[in-house]
Amino acid sequence: MSTHTITVTVNGVAHTQEVEARLTLADLLRERLDLTATHLGCEHGVCGACTVVVDGHAARSCTTLAVQADGAEIRTLEGVAEGEELHPVQQAFWEKHGMQCGFCTPGIVMSLVELLERDPGPSERAIAAVLGGHLCRCTGYVKIREAAEEAVRLAAQGRSRGEAS
Amino acid sequence: MKPPPFDYAAPESLDEAIGLLAGDHEAKLLAGGQSLVPLLSMRLAYPDLLVDLRRIDGLDEISESDGHLVIGAMVRQLRAETSDAVAARCPLIVQALGQVAHPQIRARGTVGGSIAHADPAGELPAVAVALDARARVRGPGGERLVPAADLYRGIFTTSLAEAEIVSAVEFPVADDGAGSACVEVARRQGDYALCGAVAQVSTVDGVVAGARLALFGVADRPLRASAAEAELRETPAGEAPGVAAANVAQEIAFGNDPEVSAGYRRQIAAVSARRAIAQALEAAA
Repeated sequence: MSTHTITVTVNGVAHTQEVEARLTLADLLRERLDLTATHLGCEHGVCGACTVVVDGHAARSCTTLAVQADGAEIRTLEGVAEGEELHPVQQAFWEKHGMQCGFCTPGIVMSLVELLERDPGPSERAIAAVLGGHLCRCTGYVKIREAAEEAVRLAAQGRSRGEAS
Repeated sequence: MKPPPFDYAAPESLDEAIGLLAGDHEAKLLAGGQSLVPLLSMRLAYPDLLVDLRRIDGLDEISESDGHLVIGAMVRQLRAETSDAVAARCPLIVQALGQVAHPQIRARGTVGGSIAHADPAGELPAVAVALDARARVRGPGGERLVPAADLYRGIFTTSLAEAEIVSAVEFPVADDGAGSACVEVARRQGDYALCGAVAQVSTVDGVVAGARLALFGVADRPLRASAAEAELRETPAGEAPGVAAANVAQEIAFGNDPEVSAGYRRQIAAVSARRAIAQALEAAA
């Protein structure tokens, strides 16, 4: 059983850690770095609660080994808000109450944050494809879709405000 | 749900990786890990050593050579899916990748990983079989090309030797004017397919000139529907979807499994084949 020295940059901060090869990225984030906003549901890639952004792409942190993330740039829910100001996706989920118990929410927010960076005006179908990678066991998808659509609007408003100022 | 202990190596050359695979341990290759890491977490796999391909140069290139689109083994599925070169030269790959799990999985999963994992419900192995793609395989004895028809031997089983590595996959470029489609039946979008079909067709004056059809999730490996392909040649396009469905229902020996009965699988395989051929014809010029 080998251990390895890895360096990952999480929300802009570099962390060097000695890890067993079998440690997943999700457990690195939660147990070593105390970044517990990333939730673990199924732990085999199905539910999407553990989704984080790895080198610019939304990905499952439970099916990525920490050693595979050596040198990677990771973003988690903790790094999404700017100080006290919520990210448009967070604001939209707050305003539209796009959750019930909230367990699946961190992963969904990270997938949508990444979607909006890749595609600022996503189609309903593109939003559905991304949400398809997340299980909500409260079955509250209607509110989640409304929140996602609101997030697209809020992000666009934020951009036009930014351009005006 | 935590993986068992194992050693890990991330060599910088294929030869080094081959040496590690040939060594005296139970070694597994790690590409994107989207199938392997869940298998480890569920403790269905107990390797002594994982050999990660991520540091090896040259495995993540998409190029064209000799009438083939060559996709490196470590090209991420999402990158192949959004590649203009792949869309232009081999659109069936884009269509099939769109149905592989979810975007969050395809961001990490690789083309070579899907080809070598040999999941009978996998979309890409069926594409490889339908198009007569070839796997570029490196091993202790050098490089060889393995036709997809010779690659798949059973559930999660290929004809590759222990220390051989798929370094790239060569997909024949689609003929001008050909149309293609991937259709599958799954309980939810992104789930493993209960069954599915991939098709690529070309027509001349409203008559099928050539058809390629393969099914996945119907047997222990992807199956080429050869009888259907033969029947489809010179069939008027309007009749082709029905001809494909009828032949698929006859030529494949469907089995029962705990999830789906043979009769239901025969029905959805025929429906998948019909829709795949109909959609491919629509896309054909």
